[in-house]
This record gives sequence, structure tokens and C-alpha cells, in this order.
Amino acid sequence: MAEKMELNEIEVWDGNHAAAQALRQAQVDVVAAYPITPSTPIVEGYGAFMANGYIDGEFVMVESEHAAMSGCVGASAAGGRVATATSSQGFMLMIEVLYQASGMRLPIVLNVVNRAVASPLNVRGDHGDMYAGRDSGWIQLDAFNAQEVYDLNLCAFKIGEDINVRLPVMVHQDGFTTSHTAQNIRPLSDDEAYAFVGDFKPVDEMLDFSKAVTYGAQTEEDWHYEHKAKQHRALMDSYTVIDRVFEEFEKKTGREYKRLETYMMDDAEVAIVALGATVETCILAAKQLREEEGIKAGVVAPRCIRPFPFNEMRDVLANVKAVATLDHSAPMGAMGMLYNEVAGAMVSTQDRPLITNFIYGLGGRDFSINEAKRIFREQKGHADVGYITTEIQQFSGLRGPKLGFYEMKRS
Amino acid sequence: MIEIRWHSRAGQGAVTGAKGLGDVVARTGKEVQAFALYGSAKRGAAMRAYNRIDDEQIINHEKFMNPDYVLVIDPALAFSDNITENEKDTTKYIITTHLDKNELIAQIPALQDKKDRVFVVDCIGISMDTIGRAIPNTPMLGALMKVSGMFELDFFLDSMKRVLAKFPQKIIDANMEAITRAYNEVK
Repeated sequence: MAEKMELNEIEVWDGNHAAAQALRQAQVDVVAAYPITPSTPIVEGYGAFMANGYIDGEFVMVESEHAAMSGCVGASAAGGRVATATSSQGFMLMIEVLYQASGMRLPIVLNVVNRAVASPLNVRGDHGDMYAGRDSGWIQLDAFNAQEVYDLNLCAFKIGEDINVRLPVMVHQDGFTTSHTAQNIRPLSDDEAYAFVGDFKPVDEMLDFSKAVTYGAQTEEDWHYEHKAKQHRALMDSYTVIDRVFEEFEKKTGREYKRLETYMMDDAEVAIVALGATVETCILAAKQLREEEGIKAGVVAPRCIRPFPFNEMRDVLANVKAVATLDHSAPMGAMGMLYNEVAGAMVSTQDRPLITNFIYGLGGRDFSINEAKRIFREQKGHADVGYITTEIQQFSGLRGPKLGFYEMKRS
Repeated sequence: MIEIRWHSRAGQGAVTGAKGLGDVVARTGKEVQAFALYGSAKRGAAMRAYNRIDDEQIINHEKFMNPDYVLVIDPALAFSDNITENEKDTTKYIITTHLDKNELIAQIPALQDKKDRVFVVDCIGISMDTIGRAIPNTPMLGALMKVSGMFELDFFLDSMKRVLAKFPQKIIDANMEAITRAYNEVK
């Protein structure tokens, strides 16, 4: 039986350690992993807990990330609670198996420490890997700081394993900015955390020899489409369980989570939509602008990237005049993902806000409070004249000549 | 908010020092942040680590800061790194060196107008004497306690004992001695 760990009311953990502690407290049956920077300390920390007797489950060291996720698929289909962690290139190598996991409806929890994707090789943070996973059929939760990494990991097991969901869940955090930044963390005790997550309840487990089941069957044009539609439906409908788990978590801890987080949006005239640690930078910028310049600025942040909070986005931006969507990933030939999701939601509303797109921070380039303030002021400029006065897509913090694309069509 | 920038070489323990400081400060009810910029840096490469300390939750994730304290734990970096970058009129410098303060300042033009804000302590020498290895991070924390007045020495030593609890007693004792010596010797 695993030892319990005595934790202080306040610990100082970085995002990686917060993830490792949550995996330990959830009493995961199998972790199959191949560590990669900057998520390595998650697996390293978990391995240390294992060596020191704090973990009953299995820890499988594999030869690649493809094998890591394959091991997770096997263990989850066998009927266990399963988790792993990866990042960047490792995530890219996992991608084929990510689709297998979601198609087989296996509630695996994957910690993704978001990092740029080569080439050029770069170990620092951006959302290139996270964006590459957005069609993989996983629920994607995004943490903006290390406390949220811990909290969302506990929620992830409960959401994914719910009989009405049965889907794999990714918990994202920003490489280095969150993964290697230590901050005050208020953890639950081992008993409280486990009681919240609950016992794992296997469904159609392969190790139940009295009832043979098949995972990963082949379906051609006769059934493939129906399977995929059903999977999409499950993902779309999972929001009810996500909301319920977040409510239960708030009751237990007082920490509130919503699928779409909003800050200072009640009277906001201009808004930034962003993901990751940048959200907190933008909150500071909005606060300062309200105090210093009277600009009614607010911040909107999808906690849940998939399923995308389409309705909530329409509600919160209904009365906003100008919105900047911030994408921390190279868009490569189109608008950034957040622009497309937000514009896609807002096009079906009566009073559509002016929406612009900023690409920023690729490969770990710093994104400052001053830059967020400049972006807010630019949106205020659009709002005052009633049209977009700049290019629709701009590159923030880029050296060299200014780069931008497309202008507003005005009649 | 108090902001601290560490100048170090990868492997000298700046990250551990920054996290250790964060750990101690968090126990007093303050909110802390500790992070570093190193990425794929190799042992010996110049790197920086950072602390923020505040009464409210810290949500500023900028790498940029105007530091209140600059801690230089590798002697050569005082010469080769831009240690006065983004300084304020009040920024205090604690520099590891075997030189005395006037000798050091005479060789670093950027420090010549800030004599009363520069403090020196030989963290490398102290850590060699006490810990037996060049790990200048804990003595630097002792010097910081003296210069900043953040905590009384006894309180800080007690807190650091808990932070270092996973190490053998011999190492804990050596670190306590290193902190105390740096506290008393910083000038």
C-alpha cells in the first residue's frame, strides 16, 4: 500500500511538480512515459514518488512517445486509470495514437507542457503542439498557472472517466512560464484529493475475461461515419459533466473554474481573447488601463479548448465593440485558431464585434504587460471609429519590418 | 512587490536558491514566484533566475523586471554580464567576489556611481569552506537577509532547515554555517 505524503497548507511548486503531485494523489494504475523537455520533471517527479514508496501503480519506461501513448491505450483498455505527460516533438510523435485513444473512448489523462515545434529547434514555450492536437477528439483543458495545473489534473480524471463522457483529457500548461515557475500552491490532502477524484470504475475492460470485448476494430464506409459522429456528439455533450465537476471542485476548494473564463467583462468595451499564462498578463494590463486611462478592457479565456465554449463566447462578447484574439502558435497560411473560433461564434450574432488577430510569443518570445496594453488601446481605436484601422492579422513583438495581412472590407 | 534577479552559471544553484527563497517566504503568508531562463543551456553557461514577492497572488509572467535586488553568484559574471540592466535608482547589488568592495567597483564602470548600493561577499570561498563545493546559492541567501532585512537570521535558518529537510544532516549543518557566515561577512 502506497505511503501517504504530508503536505503543507501552502507549498511552493512549479507546474511540473503540481502535475506530478496530482497524478500521485489520483492513484494512477499505469503511467507509460518517455520524458521530453520541458515536461520531463513531471515524469521524473512521478518516478521519484514511485521509488520512495508513494505509488502503488506501474511505471512503464518506453522507447518513444508513440510507444508511451500506445502503452497508455493498452493499459486503459485493460481497465486501469492511466496518465502520462509530454511536450512538443514528443506530442507530435504521439499524435497518431491520440486519435486511437479518443476513438476507443479511453479516459487517459495527458499532461501537455506546451512548447514550440521544430524546425528551427526551440525548447521554449508556445502553443504549436497544443493546436496540433485540437482535432484529435480529446477534451483539452488549459491551465494559466501552476495551481490550475494541479486543480485541473484532479478534475480531468473525474471528467474523462465519467460514464457519460469516457473520453481522454489533456491538461495543458505553458512550457517554462508555468512548468518551471514555482508559486504558492494550496494542495488538497492525499485523502481529500483521492476522495474527490473517486475510485476508477472500469468499463468494458479487456481484463474481464468473462466478457470478451474488442478495441480498435475496423469499420469502413458502413459504420466509420456513425462512429465518428457519435464521438463528436460525446465531446460536444461533455460540457454538462465538465460543468458539474468544476462545481463540485469549487464546493470542495472554493476555487472556481468555468469552461470560458471571463475577467472584467461586465462592462467591457474592448476585450482580448487568449490562452495560457498570457491570460494573466492581459488581466494585469486590463486592470492598469482601467485605472490609468479609463479604457473598459476585459479578458476572455477558454479554459476548455475542446469542446469549444461556442455559446458562452457569443454571450460574453455580445456587447463588446472590438476584440483582439491572441494566438501563441504560427498560423501558417490562415488566421490563428482563436481568431477563427471566435469569429465563427460571433458571425451568428446580431451585433458582431470588430475582431482582429495577433500572433505573438513564438518560441518563447516575451509578451509584456505593455504590449498587451498597446493591443487593448488599438482595439479602443477601432471601437471609437467603428472599423478596423489596422491589418486584421498582425505579428506582435516581431523584429524587423511590421508584418500584417488583410484589411477590413467596408462598403 | 519585491523583484529579485539572480546572475549565475547553470549548475551553481540559482534555480534552487530562488525556489528555496520562495519556499521560505511562502511560509510567512506572502505570495511568491520563482523562475529561471535557461532552457537548453549547458552547465557553466550564464543564466538568470528570478523571484517576485508580494502580498497578493502574483499573475505577472513577464520575464522583464526592474529588480530591487541583483544577486550575482558567479564572480566573473559581475564583469561579463550586464548586471545593471533595467535597474532602478534603488536597486541593490550583492556580488560574490574575493575582492574587497573598492577593488571590485574600481574595475566595473557600471557600478562606480552606485557605491552605497553595492555589497560584496565571497560566496564561493564560503561554500568551499563549509559545504566543500562551489555552491554559492545558500550563502547568497544569507547575505540577502542581512542586506534586505527581510527576515531575522534565526528565523531564516529555521525555515531553511525545513526546505533542506530531504538532505543528510551533515549537508544541512554545512548550509546553516554558510548562511550564517555570509550574513555576518557581507559588506
